[in-house]
Amino acid sequence: MTGSFPSDQDLIYFVYREARLLDQHRFDEWLTLFADDGKYWMPLEWGQTDARLTASLMYEDKLLLGIRVERLRGNRTFSQKPKSRCHHLIQQPHIELRDDAANTYVTWTPMHYVETRLDEQTLFAAWATHTLRVEGGQLKIKLKRVDLVNCDAAFGNIQLFM
Amino acid sequence: MPRYADNPEAIHDLVREKEVHRDVYIDEEVFRLEMERVFTHSWVYVGHDSQIPNPGDFYATTIGTQPVVMVRHSDGEVHVLHNRCPHKGVRIVGEACGHVGKYFRCPYHAWTFRTDGSLIGTPLRSGYEQTGFEDSHAARGLARVGAAHVYRGFVFARLSAHGPTFEAFFGESLSSIDNMVDRSPAGKLVVAGGVLRYMHNCNWKMLVENQTDTCHPMVAHESSAGTAVDVWKKAPPGTKKPMAVEIFAPFMSPYEFFENMGIRLWENGHAHTGVHNSIHADYSAVPGYFDQMATSYGEARAKAILDENRHNTVYFPNMMMKGPIQLLRLFKPISAGRTLVESWTFRLVDAPDLLLERTLMYNRLINAPTSVVGHDDLEMYERAQDGLRSDGNPWVNLQRLYRSDEADQRNAVTNGTSEWPMRNQFRAWAHFMTMTA
Repeated sequence: MTGSFPSDQDLIYFVYREARLLDQHRFDEWLTLFADDGKYWMPLEWGQTDARLTASLMYEDKLLLGIRVERLRGNRTFSQKPKSRCHHLIQQPHIELRDDAANTYVTWTPMHYVETRLDEQTLFAAWATHTLRVEGGQLKIKLKRVDLVNCDAAFGNIQLFM
Repeated sequence: MPRYADNPEAIHDLVREKEVHRDVYIDEEVFRLEMERVFTHSWVYVGHDSQIPNPGDFYATTIGTQPVVMVRHSDGEVHVLHNRCPHKGVRIVGEACGHVGKYFRCPYHAWTFRTDGSLIGTPLRSGYEQTGFEDSHAARGLARVGAAHVYRGFVFARLSAHGPTFEAFFGESLSSIDNMVDRSPAGKLVVAGGVLRYMHNCNWKMLVENQTDTCHPMVAHESSAGTAVDVWKKAPPGTKKPMAVEIFAPFMSPYEFFENMGIRLWENGHAHTGVHNSIHADYSAVPGYFDQMATSYGEARAKAILDENRHNTVYFPNMMMKGPIQLLRLFKPISAGRTLVESWTFRLVDAPDLLLERTLMYNRLINAPTSVVGHDDLEMYERAQDGLRSDGNPWVNLQRLYRSDEADQRNAVTNGTSEWPMRNQFRAWAHFMTMTA
């Protein structure tokens, strides 16, 4: 970010970089992209509006995300022996909202996400909605919402982050 | 070549006092016989009547591997019907839930049925005249299951017309359902939040056994709950303990805690952990809740209801419930090596929203396909499903704290780390697998 407000290119680059950090297992760096009150939300329902009294696949604050990241490298984390890998294929993010005055920016990004472990490769299709804000000259994630096309299907393990 | 179908002795040989043969988990013939016998003659949880509040409301599910539909009839009664048109076999409802109005209409040839299953009519009726149609299977309409029973909102069904009565099958184990319902100031539960569905590549009984396996949490969940505890330790002093940490931390309780927690055994394979204490006993109080309970029940009774902190109650064959957090899990068998786990949550009617919020958080953190605790467990089940292919030892050991007088005991209470509940399940399993109708 060069100016006082992020450009469209800044927002787009942020989303690309986030996906890259996940694909490269740079989870500690990934966590720093979240604001202290940031959340990661993966709804269970199509078009879900509430995360509190409606079930979600994930609705996690930075503490819970930090626990996941710590767990992934744990010596006794047997579901990660061997480790999972992931791959994001994302469209160019659409700028849904740019509100400099309110310091709120929203992007919408269709994606295919692949998670693999051992001989299994699972493909997910989803849309990621990032609600971002600028803190100390850096873009931070206020909310990352991942809507799976088949959010209500029965899944096996999803161990990494979409 | 069938090895077990006409051979009750061979089935009995699979279940010894202290160990079971691997075929109970990995053999497809045994699985097929379980569907024909265990899931036919025992009472299986279908759904909750709050899912179908009005006449014409339906909920479609499976009992064993058979499609059924639970529907509320015009007189208010709940019927459980085979979800299969008597004409060509088409599933009569395709969605998991909905409203059919006054009658079912098959989408293939427009045969119609009342919501008690009886046939209303077929188009071009004259084509069936003088064909003896009234004596056909088809004329009977959508077949009802052998028996259905609603207990305090919980709908159970027995596919076969023969088998134990509802009361004889469940006996005193119904006290766990009572406690969950009594936790509502209105004495009423409704299904709420949405169901988490998690596919497992393992045998359904591994999941059932794990519900009373109290020697695994501090080991298998060291990675999830243990990490949660470690990460939380780094929080600045004085930070309020978050609900998520309250949920995770008790999984790391020492063996002694689980030993003292106790297990109660009932007939027909049912049991519960958490007789004296449980991992759900130390959650923060929910403001206003006790006062509501005291107003409804009186202080002493309210306290008695809430002091009952049963951990997991297993209802044989394939359901588990957690009264203190209003959660129910159903282990739906698909094949010997595949199981769909559904985790359902309930709202306590008239209780504060915060209780449902905690229930949903628990379900999300422990039972979702995205749950780290779930990942720990599934890894163990799948490794077991694979490991059992080894010819090195065909037996699975279940002898922890074995007592030779177990089979004669009724409503016994024992050490919380005993594998008696698993032995109890397999005694019931052998009974139903060899039952003659």
